[in-house]
Amino acid sequence: MQGLGLEVLLKGKNAARLLSGLGVAMRISLVSVLISIPLGILLGVLMTRKNIVIRAILKIYLEIIRIMPQLVLLFIVFFGTTRVFGWNLSGETASVIVFSLWGTAEMSDLVRGALISIPQHQYESAAALGLTPAQTYLYIIIPQTVRRLIPLSINLITRMIKTTSLILMIGVVEVLKVAQQIIEANRMSSPNAAFGIYLTVFVLYFLACWPISLLAKALEKRWA
Amino acid sequence: MSDVILTLRGVTKRFGENGVLEGIDLDVKQGEVVVVLGPSGCGKSTLLRCINALEEIQAGEIRLEGEKIDIRSKSLAGVRQKIGMVFQSYDLFPHLNVLDNVTLAPLKVQKRAKADAQEEALRLLERVGLKDKAESFPRELSGGQKQRVAIVRALIMHPEIMLFDEVTAALDPEMVREVLDVIMGLAAQGRTMIIVTHEMQFARAIADRIVFIDGGHIVEESSPEEFFTNPKTERAQNFLRTFLFETVKKTAE
Repeated sequence: MQGLGLEVLLKGKNAARLLSGLGVAMRISLVSVLISIPLGILLGVLMTRKNIVIRAILKIYLEIIRIMPQLVLLFIVFFGTTRVFGWNLSGETASVIVFSLWGTAEMSDLVRGALISIPQHQYESAAALGLTPAQTYLYIIIPQTVRRLIPLSINLITRMIKTTSLILMIGVVEVLKVAQQIIEANRMSSPNAAFGIYLTVFVLYFLACWPISLLAKALEKRWA
Repeated sequence: MSDVILTLRGVTKRFGENGVLEGIDLDVKQGEVVVVLGPSGCGKSTLLRCINALEEIQAGEIRLEGEKIDIRSKSLAGVRQKIGMVFQSYDLFPHLNVLDNVTLAPLKVQKRAKADAQEEALRLLERVGLKDKAESFPRELSGGQKQRVAIVRALIMHPEIMLFDEVTAALDPEMVREVLDVIMGLAAQGRTMIIVTHEMQFARAIADRIVFIDGGHIVEESSPEEFFTNPKTERAQNFLRTFLFETVKKTAE
């Protein structure tokens, strides 16, 4: 398969290196997800509160994070903080910080959306049956919110995994960076490696995200 | 009048500057079926919502069996158990199946035993012809079936009084009957009910007393026979005429 440049994969530890690169990407996404989900739930609940000050602050946070390209955020956190605060963050730590900031913002918006989409008459019917506000949340509102939320937050996870491809720009050796290194190293012997290796990267991302996406779809269907 | 179970005295409800109910006095006796009629926006639904403390009242008081219904009272959830309410919108809990919808409140609020609650739920569902739907989810039911489940869900709490807020208004015409039949059945059992409806023939058939509200006041209160054949006030006459006119139009088509 000289033409596609796939033979490079079999040279040395190239395949294992690519997989460990994917491992780095998955680890950063997973840690960020674990931070983002609880924080996002907390902020999302706060966003449905009547307090205007809290809502305004959270709205500004959400908009800033959304408007700013993730790459710019990565540069600010990785390079900016080194200059201004003298922090010596590793690329991975900076990535986790940025992805958590982003994930928290997105998650809070999903939570807010799910909460306000529960119709008022659900609260009223529960009240009319004599349920206390705590019971209403426990048995009526939270189960419905979670059902709406789980497929959406799973999609957020796949978006995060995909977006980790940006972190090679701050020197983190994740799957795409490993791919570049392999291609560079074999430029003379296998000039077509760019195709084969990037194709492999595509397949790896696909294999990582597809099952998650299928799960989201299945849950969505089950709870529709 | 020892058998009066619900009393309203000077009940006044305002939304901002807008007065919706202006000093409503009403007594409902045990086993009585009161039908509340009136043009849209007259405050009929608000009246029911006030009785169940879903709306705060600005003046007056509401007592059920002598116990004051107060939206800020700690015992509110307890009083609400004595009031069964069915709304216009299908308000079943979409994440629970029919049986769980019906048994949630008896289990969690009244702390009844599961077997006991389920057994009664199935018996009540059978009575409204929905026993075979116990495992179904609300999304699998028609509007009329949902409303019958909502009625069962209220009944299982053994309420002293049932409130029906335009329960057939959002239904397709062919489903109205099955729901009204269930309510007629409850009347035959001697249940105390306050019904807000736009179904005039149903109102006439089921009511012990018609209360006609307009502009936030009770304008006329009489037996259904008298109200429909010989309304005393001009406002009631005009109101009934709008229905007559609609009937004429329908036959002409």
